[in-house]
Amino acid sequence: MISCQEAVRKLWEYLENDVDAAQRADLDGHLALCRRCCGEAEFTDELRQMLRSSSGPHLPPGVEGHLVAFLDSFEGEPQ
Amino acid sequence: MGHEDLVEDAGPSGFTPLAREQLPWLYSLARRLLGPDRAEDAIQECLIKAYRGFDELRDPQAAPAWFRQILLNCVRDRYRRDAAPRREEPVDPLPEYSLYRKIAEEDPWPYSDSIHLDFLHSFSQDDVWNVLDRVDARYRVPLVLVHMEGHSTNQVARMFGVPQGTVLSWLHRGRKRFEQQLWEYADERRLLAVGKGGSR
Repeated sequence: MISCQEAVRKLWEYLENDVDAAQRADLDGHLALCRRCCGEAEFTDELRQMLRSSSGPHLPPGVEGHLVAFLDSFEGEPQ
Repeated sequence: MGHEDLVEDAGPSGFTPLAREQLPWLYSLARRLLGPDRAEDAIQECLIKAYRGFDELRDPQAAPAWFRQILLNCVRDRYRRDAAPRREEPVDPLPEYSLYRKIAEEDPWPYSDSIHLDFLHSFSQDDVWNVLDRVDARYRVPLVLVHMEGHSTNQVARMFGVPQGTVLSWLHRGRKRFEQQLWEYADERRLLAVGKGGSR
C-alpha cells in the first residue's frame, strides 16, 4: 500500500495514463481504499479538463496591427 | 485565394497572406507559452524564419503544422537560453502543496456541497491565462505543451534534449505552482468573496 503523499504525487501521471502497470496497480489499490485521495483524484481530473479545454487567448487588435505591419515590411525584401 | 495559390506564388506576395492566416492561433500558442510580453517577439522571429524557408513548404495543407513547428523551435531555443533550469542551479524541493486540501480547509462556501467545483468554476478564461502567466516560464512551458497542447512527456523530453524524468519533475513543480497561484489569484481578486454570493 502506498502512502497518500506518494499517491497524490502520481495522480496527474495516473490520470494521463503515463504510469507503468505496477504504478497503476498501486494507485488503483490506494484509491479503492482512501476516500480523501479519491476526492483529490476527481478534483485533479477537473483541473486537467480545465487546462485541456482552455481555448487560446484572442489576438489583440494592437498586436495584430504590429504583426501585419511587420509582415508587410517583407515586401520587396530578398528571401 | 486558397492555400495552393499562396504556395505556388512563393515570393513575398504569396508568403504574406498565408502567414496572416496563421497569426491568430500563432499568437494563442505563443501567448500561453511565453506570456503576453514575449509572445509578439517570438512570433516575429518565427515569421522571419518561415519567410526564409518558405521554399521548403511543398504541401499547402501542411502550412499550419509547418508554422507551428517553427514557432515551437523558436520557443525551445528561448527556453534553453533563458528559462530551463541549469544543472548548477539548486533544484527546488518537490512541493507537496494540495489545492484540493487547501479549499477543503479554508471552506470558502460553507453552504455549498461542491466547493471544489465551485472554486474552479469561479475562474473565467482570462483568469486561467493570468494564473498561467504567474507560473515561472521554466515550468510553464512544459505545463502548456503537455497539459494544454497534448504533447507527450517523451516528445517534450526529445524537444529539449533532457531525460523524460526531468520533464516529469518540471511538470510536477509546474502543476503545484499553478495550483498555488490559482488559490492566491482567487484570494487577491476576491473570486472567493464573489462566489459566496452565488455564481460570478
